[in-house]
Amino acid sequence: MPELSCSHLTLGYDGHPVLSDISFSVAKGDYLCIVGENGSGKSTLMRTLLGLQKPISGQIEWGADLRENEIGYLPQQTTVQKDFPATVWEIVLSGCQGRLGKRFFYSRDDKALVRENMEKMDILSFSRRCYRELSGGQQQRVLLARALCATQKILLLDEPVTGLDPKVTAEMYELIKRLNKSGVTIIMISHDVMTAVRYASHILHVGHSVFFGTRDEYTRSSLARQFLSVERDD
Amino acid sequence: MLATYLTFPFVRYAIIVGTLIALCSSLLGVTLVLKRFSFIGDGLSHVAFGAMAIAGVLHLSNNMLFVLPFTVLSAVLLLRTGQNTRIKGDAAIAMISVGALAVGYLLLSLFSTSANLSGDVCSTLFGSTSILTLTPGEVRLCIVLSVVVLTVFILFYNKIFAVTFDETFARAAGTPTDAFNLLIAIVIAVIIVLAMNLVGSLLISALIIFPAMSAMRLFKSFKGVTICSAVLSVTCSLAGILISILASTPVGSTIVAVNIAVFIVFSILAKCLGGTHS
Repeated sequence: MPELSCSHLTLGYDGHPVLSDISFSVAKGDYLCIVGENGSGKSTLMRTLLGLQKPISGQIEWGADLRENEIGYLPQQTTVQKDFPATVWEIVLSGCQGRLGKRFFYSRDDKALVRENMEKMDILSFSRRCYRELSGGQQQRVLLARALCATQKILLLDEPVTGLDPKVTAEMYELIKRLNKSGVTIIMISHDVMTAVRYASHILHVGHSVFFGTRDEYTRSSLARQFLSVERDD
Repeated sequence: MLATYLTFPFVRYAIIVGTLIALCSSLLGVTLVLKRFSFIGDGLSHVAFGAMAIAGVLHLSNNMLFVLPFTVLSAVLLLRTGQNTRIKGDAAIAMISVGALAVGYLLLSLFSTSANLSGDVCSTLFGSTSILTLTPGEVRLCIVLSVVVLTVFILFYNKIFAVTFDETFARAAGTPTDAFNLLIAIVIAVIIVLAMNLVGSLLISALIIFPAMSAMRLFKSFKGVTICSAVLSVTCSLAGILISILASTPVGSTIVAVNIAVFIVFSILAKCLGGTHS
């Protein structure tokens, strides 16, 4: 039983397709990287998977063990957040909003979950610190902890290393790998084909030509050779 | 001297209403500033002026019953156009607010039977005396609406924070963000109509924005900023009302002046303490 399966998806805005006829599936414990050039429709695909916009045609089916909205999402940072007065604790706690349901306030269980995920992300020690004072890597870990509060099953990461320096980037990738090893399904958008090939179990390449398959199939494909050789020339 | 003033019911009314309005406006102010919605507050206050003018021309016995629904409706429309990509949100707000101001004044000068037109306009814009001429009915309405605003804010505090900090994440987590944006806009419309009595329509934005901005200089948590902003707003308004009574200055502008002074003090304090930012 796949965690997520998409068949013949056509996506776009106002009826203008950006991506057409995409089919892929993600099984429990997979690490899927969605790669492609800028403007190839990666973000549109992500927004559609999150239910923020409707596909023009095609089907998206989530696994039976996922409740509705039980997806952890790590968005790209917005300008609003860079200057936002909020503590790390307040932000991670907001990851539990999907669990609120008809309740108005967070329960003791919610707060225990927050503490657990902050420990996992190693940010418990600065839970009272202000978000805007943290470094880029620490901020990403806060948002990752928030995403984990929304789910323990599947994470959608949108370019999680944008703006991070190489050392922090490597740490971030290791952290995501560790989460994946512990059983969390990962879907990550990235324009960095090299890292995608290094960490992912499956690759979805979107753009002029579309590829979906395991990492090994991808590295043998002509599409990847083209891309990887371009990056090596850089 | 102050004690003598406090024996007058109109002074007590002014203080009750002033405190409640200051409290309500400051709570939503934080969200408004952070969501970059400040302009909506400004636009709505001008719309409220236009509505007030229409109500005056129609000789309605109770202005509130017309101004309140009209402003709430405009809030909903402004939010809609803000999301429309064809007309830029800020341009739409500017058009509506300036339009309402012009049409309001035009209607007043064409149809008003008042002998002192510019005085009327001035008090609607700057709220010079209306806070001291409140009727018990208006005070009751103000208390009821304030309690509603406070209750909504406290009950939905967690969701309001979530929607303010990250709308995309909130939507992905199943929070009905459009409904909350609408709720925020409606509550702001209600606050603006209430606050017209206190500071007049031109100065309302100050009441909404200044306490939030001052609080953000010093505090690092959303809760801290919200509480500090509420305390500041109430203190500034009380101080403003009392000063204006003692020194016979216009109420609205005195309150805003106190707010400006506090903002300057807080900015300097933030610099001295190493500052949270900027």
